[in-house]
Amino acid sequence: MVSITPPTALSDGAVVPDTPAAPGGRRGSARRHWVGWFFIFPFLVVFLAFLVAPLAYAAYLSLYTKGLATGTTFAGIDNYKRAFTDPSFLHGLWFVLKFSLVVIPLQVFVALAAALLLDEIVGRLARFARLIIFLPYAIPVVLGSLMWGFLYSPSFGPIEQISTLFNVQAPFLLSQGNIFYGLLNVVTWQWAGYYMIIIYAALQGIDTSIYEAARTDGASSKQIAFRIKIPMITPALALILVFALIGTLQFFVEPKVLGPIANGTVTPDFTPNIYAVTLALQYAQFNYASAISFSLGFVVFLAVAIFMFVTRKRGSLFT
Amino acid sequence: MSDTPRRIPRHIWGKLLLLALICYFLVPVWWLLVASTKNAEGLFSGSGALWFKGGFHFFENLHDLFAYNNGEFLTWLGNSVLYALTGGIGCTIISVLAGYGFAKFRFRGRNLVFAAVLGSVVVPLTSLVIPTFVMMTNIGLIDTIWAVILPSLLSPFAVYLMRVYAAASIPDELLDAARIDGAGELRTFFRVALPLMRPGVITVLLLSVVSTWNNFFLPLVMLSTSKLYPLTVGITLWTTLASSNNGGGQSLWNLIIVGSLVSIVPLVIAFLTLQKYWRGGLAVGSLK
Repeated sequence: MVSITPPTALSDGAVVPDTPAAPGGRRGSARRHWVGWFFIFPFLVVFLAFLVAPLAYAAYLSLYTKGLATGTTFAGIDNYKRAFTDPSFLHGLWFVLKFSLVVIPLQVFVALAAALLLDEIVGRLARFARLIIFLPYAIPVVLGSLMWGFLYSPSFGPIEQISTLFNVQAPFLLSQGNIFYGLLNVVTWQWAGYYMIIIYAALQGIDTSIYEAARTDGASSKQIAFRIKIPMITPALALILVFALIGTLQFFVEPKVLGPIANGTVTPDFTPNIYAVTLALQYAQFNYASAISFSLGFVVFLAVAIFMFVTRKRGSLFT
Repeated sequence: MSDTPRRIPRHIWGKLLLLALICYFLVPVWWLLVASTKNAEGLFSGSGALWFKGGFHFFENLHDLFAYNNGEFLTWLGNSVLYALTGGIGCTIISVLAGYGFAKFRFRGRNLVFAAVLGSVVVPLTSLVIPTFVMMTNIGLIDTIWAVILPSLLSPFAVYLMRVYAAASIPDELLDAARIDGAGELRTFFRVALPLMRPGVITVLLLSVVSTWNNFFLPLVMLSTSKLYPLTVGITLWTTLASSNNGGGQSLWNLIIVGSLVSIVPLVIAFLTLQKYWRGGLAVGSLK
């Protein structure tokens, strides 16, 4: 769904290697091979240095343990066994899984609803709304979280005042019981606009003559939205869901920033990523931290694979 | 939505819903604007958080912001600009070259390498940060600007976007024509391909500058000298200080609020003025 089929896969076989360059005509393919590598070379260097090498190194680190007396010894999968029985890791993992299951549908729903509205309504209000809804994407996640932290705060924010107006106890959205909802709001606010723009772009790409045909057949705007628009943008929706899934399972910045304001609700094992960083930077347990990171990566990979498998079936229903 | 009778204005519910969305997405920014005009007293007074009151102290706050702790904030601002420009421009150059290479040349191993690039979009980038930290420590680059700039050069998504964009916007015939005219590959790239890819290039540039400017995780892990911090890490340092009341007698909350405002203004302006470009660029990427 997200992958692209290279348009030239078939013609590859037809390229005859090592044809001598015809003078003044097309260059030989051997030379073209070389030029292709030349253009991707800088990227390849960065890719190897900052993606392949760290991954390989983390894999290596995760297979060893370092003891004060014993030095570095090969541990096999011991670190992984430890990770998947570590209550701290499992607790964080459970939190991000639970959070993903709620926040992703919510974000996509808001984004889809906004995009459908903006596709239907034209004019100054719609243009302004499109900009404002997208605005949070241009704001650093750190500052977005911080602003909401202020709004939640009993000493700065309006929630306390509004509650007194209605004579009810103000909820503190960063307390132990409420932080789930507090974070839900921050994440939706931060990312819904970005997803909205992607969906909106996909909607704008649909040939409008389809709508006219449907309208002539007596379809209402609602029917057009549900029967034509949404089915036609499923590739964009799938792309968004995969991005949202990868991002949410790695949850880090928002709870980290709200931590100091939340008075101890955000524990060092709040999410797997926070746990891994705490282990690495505060306790210098790089081997175990790498194993935690890899285990998280494995869960992300698994979640994306499951999602692809499920939507594959769904996709065939539409076509 | 348009099922409603003619007398009621068209899309009235839709428009009301849009207004509600505008309010929701604008609330934190509005609050930030209002709060940046208040002094410490006004902030803590506990009423009217969403409206101006207690005098206009914006310029006073701004002055304090740049004066606090020997102009610490200005250093962070400079660092953010440095990281975002070098990281963002570098990432764009690398990704545009690679996207063009993948889209327009049929070399052996291309499909394999591109499959690896696509697959790496799924790899959680944040879980690369810890091994990168250890590697940077081993080669002695930890706690230097390079530890932040070099990893920022990598963006598999930008390469994917540029490949799709190059494939859609550059006709092969045009490249062949340039080659027949005797132009070298580099000349063909700069004179023929690059002008055609301009909206895509601007999109990738904007997205990579923004993601470097907004990056928090990487500099947080890589840097320990506060002089090297970008804004995101610096302001977080202030919040930690303010929460534990270590601001040295001065209330840091005003500075945090004005500082946040100053940090978001450049990017908001960039996005608003370059709208035309990035919307087109994102559209192509999302359709495939």
